[in-house]
Amino acid sequence: MTALLAITIIAPLLAATIGLGVRTRTAVRDAITIAGLAAAAGSAIALLVGVAQNGTVVVRVGGWNPELGIVLVADLFAALALPVALTIVLVVEIFAIGQRRTAWGANPELAGPLLGVLTAGVSLAFLTGDLFTLFVAFEMILVSSYVLLTHQGQRAQIRSGMTYVSMNLLASTLFLFGLAFVYAATGTVNIALLAERIPELSSGVRLGIGAWFFVVFGTKAAVFPLFSWLPDSYPTAPTTITAVFAGLLTKIGIYSMIRFHTLMGMDELGPIFLIVAGVTMIVGALGALAQSNVKRILSFHIVSQIGYMLMGLGLFSAAGTTGAILFLIHHMPVKTVLFLVGGLIENDQGTSSLERSGGLASRRPLIAALFAVPAMSLAGLPPFSGFVAKFAVISAGIEAASTPIVVAALLAGALTLLSMTKIWLGVFWGPQNEDVTPVPTAVGNRRTMQFATGLAVAGTLTISVFAGTLFDLSQEAAENLRTPTNYIEEVQS
Amino acid sequence: MSISLLASIGGLTTVGLYLITARSLSRIILGFSLLGHAAVLSLLVAGGPPAAAPIAGGDAPIANPLPQALALTAIVISFGLTLFLLALAARQQALTGDDLVEDDLEDQRIAASSNEEDRSAAAST
Repeated sequence: MTALLAITIIAPLLAATIGLGVRTRTAVRDAITIAGLAAAAGSAIALLVGVAQNGTVVVRVGGWNPELGIVLVADLFAALALPVALTIVLVVEIFAIGQRRTAWGANPELAGPLLGVLTAGVSLAFLTGDLFTLFVAFEMILVSSYVLLTHQGQRAQIRSGMTYVSMNLLASTLFLFGLAFVYAATGTVNIALLAERIPELSSGVRLGIGAWFFVVFGTKAAVFPLFSWLPDSYPTAPTTITAVFAGLLTKIGIYSMIRFHTLMGMDELGPIFLIVAGVTMIVGALGALAQSNVKRILSFHIVSQIGYMLMGLGLFSAAGTTGAILFLIHHMPVKTVLFLVGGLIENDQGTSSLERSGGLASRRPLIAALFAVPAMSLAGLPPFSGFVAKFAVISAGIEAASTPIVVAALLAGALTLLSMTKIWLGVFWGPQNEDVTPVPTAVGNRRTMQFATGLAVAGTLTISVFAGTLFDLSQEAAENLRTPTNYIEEVQS
Repeated sequence: MSISLLASIGGLTTVGLYLITARSLSRIILGFSLLGHAAVLSLLVAGGPPAAAPIAGGDAPIANPLPQALALTAIVISFGLTLFLLALAARQQALTGDDLVEDDLEDQRIAASSNEEDRSAAAST
């Protein structure tokens, strides 16, 4: 079992290193990248099965005492999120292999290996048992994302890259300050020890630390008012890059928040979380309505959906945390699929602008079907996974009698449906646009891209089929987070 | 806790934050360097009072080595990122002739079209 934890981090990193070494030999590099990512995803699935049956797995790296060394902890929460995230990266890499010979593709010599580094960072962020390693994992993810975003060196990418890098660098620096505060207050950065010591601090220091880390993780997660870098930068990257960013990056911020604030028992910050969550939902959904480009609409929806996860967290109840975890698991694949479909649209008509497209449903019914399923899921229509997740979050809100946030969530849901309809009307219905200039793509490549997207759609459907099991697991994960004694004992024993 | 260290942290943070609000990327880079130094110094302060080098086996009280290890990692990361930002600034210079951070083009377009709508609504009434 302990080896599985290491494989999810080391396999992609190793694949990235070898891949960079043989980057000019396409077939070898692709095979190595796919093998590394598949090994990581397979281990993550095995880990989930193991953790669900036998409980938390803890690895002390190098055999050090947890007070000094690095510990990796696969509790149920980490084990649930990890396979979803790693499978997404694998699917996107298959899509990238199909897309690369077109003008819209990322530079494959760099993109494949860098995706490996990013994946290793994601695994480390999910599994780490101390805050400083979380900082290092964030940096691994961010540094590879900086390069992935700007590596083609086009003007729009450099322009938005400057904002993206500056914003994230500021958040990382604040993270470092936060680590100093935490260490000064408690003498440790180990999460299990912090879960023991932070509740004993005076309430001013405790809530100060909680609020500080809310700002740090909130910037990464793109909550209101710290989200403006996201809709600006994401659409400028190649589709495959945006799809990975959309599925994973902001979710790591939310994941860290759920772990940190729930384990440390920051219940008093709940009202602030809920206010921020409500505004984030509405502002994101309204921002999406104003846009006229598929990728920009979808980018604003990332912001809006972050609000739901924050709402689940901010309720600080068992049902709320369960909802947040379930929403996280549903959101990662759905968002990625939508961006992949955005890539298919771009490929087919040379643009993802709503004004310059139309009539795709009759010409490419497959793309229309691939869009419809995740779009309805995002809007929260039954029987798709989005309905289950939204239902869990909103019913937790009703249970806690927080009427304003429930109203905001329902309103944002309606607005989401409206902007999905806008994409449908603009891209798929109506007369075909005359001056369509499809990106020249070989049939085989198009099939690879459609296969990858179809695989991801099937994945989101699987989530709605197994919604019952996932709900039970999320509930157990939430209980573990809310009663940190188990977590503390596991790490220290 | 040394007052001079605290004063340096305060000074570096103030100047750093001021610099990163600038439009020019080269100033932002300088700002991040200063902020990074401030963060590393606060890690050192968090480690407790100064003492002998942390080598096992001595009699004298030793300094806490953990924050120093954390600080070292943070310094290495900020080195790499400063270089990356410099490369970004150089690329922007090559593309546009300066290193100013530009506005979001799509946002400007939407703002312009909404102003136009306002104007035409006002003209029709």
